[in-house]
Amino acid sequence: MSGNSEPRKYKNPVLNWIEFRLPIISYFEKEYGDYPMPKNCNYFWSFGALATITLVTMIVSGIFLAMNYTPHTEMAFDSVERIMRDVNYGWLLRYIHSNGAAFFFIIVYIHIVRGMYYGSYKYPRELNWILGVFIYLLMMATSFLGYTLPWGQMSYWGATVITNLFSAIPFIGEGLKTWLLGDYTVGNATLNRFFALHYVLPFVIFGVVGLHVAAVHVHGSNNPAGIDIRSKNDTVNFFPYMLIKDTIAVCVFGVLISAVIFFGPNLMAEVDNYIPADPLVTPAHIVPNWYLAPFYAILRAVPDKLGGVALMFGAIAILFVLPWLDTSKVRSCNFRPMYKWFMMLFFVNFFVLGYVGMLPAEGLYLIIARVGLVYYFGFFLIITPFVGWIEKPKTLPASISDVYLGGGKESPLPASQKEIH
Amino acid sequence: MIKILILILTLIFTFNVHAAESNKGSMPKHEWSFNGITGTFDRAALQRGFKVYREVCAGCHSMKLLYYRDLLDIGFSEAQVKAIAAEHDVLDGPNDEGEMFERPARPADRFVNPYLNDNEARANNNGAYPPDLSVITKARRYGEDYIYNLLMGYEDAPEEIEVGDGMYYNKWMDGNQIAMPAPIYDGSVDYDDGTDNNAAQLSEDVVTFLKWSAEPELEVRKNLGIKVILFFLVLGTVVYLAKNRLWREVH
Repeated sequence: MSGNSEPRKYKNPVLNWIEFRLPIISYFEKEYGDYPMPKNCNYFWSFGALATITLVTMIVSGIFLAMNYTPHTEMAFDSVERIMRDVNYGWLLRYIHSNGAAFFFIIVYIHIVRGMYYGSYKYPRELNWILGVFIYLLMMATSFLGYTLPWGQMSYWGATVITNLFSAIPFIGEGLKTWLLGDYTVGNATLNRFFALHYVLPFVIFGVVGLHVAAVHVHGSNNPAGIDIRSKNDTVNFFPYMLIKDTIAVCVFGVLISAVIFFGPNLMAEVDNYIPADPLVTPAHIVPNWYLAPFYAILRAVPDKLGGVALMFGAIAILFVLPWLDTSKVRSCNFRPMYKWFMMLFFVNFFVLGYVGMLPAEGLYLIIARVGLVYYFGFFLIITPFVGWIEKPKTLPASISDVYLGGGKESPLPASQKEIH
Repeated sequence: MIKILILILTLIFTFNVHAAESNKGSMPKHEWSFNGITGTFDRAALQRGFKVYREVCAGCHSMKLLYYRDLLDIGFSEAQVKAIAAEHDVLDGPNDEGEMFERPARPADRFVNPYLNDNEARANNNGAYPPDLSVITKARRYGEDYIYNLLMGYEDAPEEIEVGDGMYYNKWMDGNQIAMPAPIYDGSVDYDDGTDNNAAQLSEDVVTFLKWSAEPELEVRKNLGIKVILFFLVLGTVVYLAKNRLWREVH
């Protein structure tokens, strides 16, 4: 009977009924149907969607793993193996989850590289960048917590090394460490709380991802030319034009991750983690997961414990202020002839730091780590502000539409755009 | 430019993933039936390998994660599994009188540990703990190749090396000294099916068995993997063609 007063937007009466009371249908239409995407976005712009899908996959596979896992020091290792042997397709769940974590970081690193190279962190998307760094931080915490759960040798000793870092903080360090562990050493109390936190943090990440997506939709997505959307001619609707490109990205990603899950599920795992935790036997090399290794390299490059901890956390903290360290108004590195190369060198440097982070901190590796550490901070604190002042950027194209059609003279993009088109 | 970016990213991720196992190279590779994307276990080799485990390794090494019922997977009949299990006694109880009692193991029991506890295991082996073998190929770098080479790697120590008391020289062990005496030699286990029982064959069979015990899902996993990858390839191709058609209209 109330139908008279309700606006008839949709053919389906159920949708109309919902829309009148909660305009969620039109919200999704606006944000995921008609949402305007710059035409010239390349496949780097698919990694946000890939990351979201991976997060959901991790949460779903994790919930099913949690149903069969026992967070007790005496039983954790065996319960993980029991999942692999006796739970129907338990091995698949576990390999999806363990390799999914590594691939989640690969995707997010590419997503961050995209954001840095094309200047997506600049006005007006600074808050978006901050939320993103916050997600990255939460991911690192979550993956560290999850790595302790199988209670293998690396789980135990990794947890011991990382929680020991907190004891370096003056005055409150020891107390803080005991408070975090729930005991004086890593033990059952630690495993229980790490499991609880590992279960809840992904939902926190999911919430922050919601804010991250909502924030990017306010001013729209950046694009490889880094210039603003000026007219309707610059954009295509998300559905179906970008969705179909994201689907292709998902298929390519699916092939890659399946190759690892099904044919080399332990390639990215440390063999020592298939040995049950033993507090009396220290492994020869305690190595972090490779995706956290650059920060581990920074930690060990500093001879002083507190200094190392401070620089390690500083290396993450400095990311938060990147939008204010960059003094250039030009977003895309495609139009920044000097900064582009410093940026490339930064990516290579980050990789080198990760590489030496997996190796023993001695001799040449230690020197490389120290050089890498200096460039890491030098890039943010010196190069980024100064290059912005002295660099003369190339002429920006008039519009995204021009870039897409290959009209932007200065743009090196058309070659790659042709592949996409 | 985008190509350089992609190149850098590819290099970064391929190298980083392999950074963990960078100093590969010296470990000789063996031809395994379970290698490759269509690899499978040879059931006869698994059963022979189990015989080697039972007669040689099981004296000291436990396999805590296996149940006797798991042996159905490698081609033993239910009657055979029952008979194998019944060779061992397990402590059960308490019964109605509150007494603990011993009974023959059943297929639903875990493999019986050769020692009562870790301390007894150490005490009987000069202080060295014989590691559990359930997931041993996943718990050692180079996996099955390492175990195979280790079994075949016993040699007389070079003159300049002093081998410790109760230790043996093995060229593949870390530090070249191992507490386990050479477990396998030509003819040390008799095969019922007439297969040549030289040391290389015995080692290959027992390592195949250990690989199965570490990754019993290997065959199902690889089989499913081919289907999943084919699915993504076919879907990806269709969607790619559809995308080209769709974007043709965009100017």
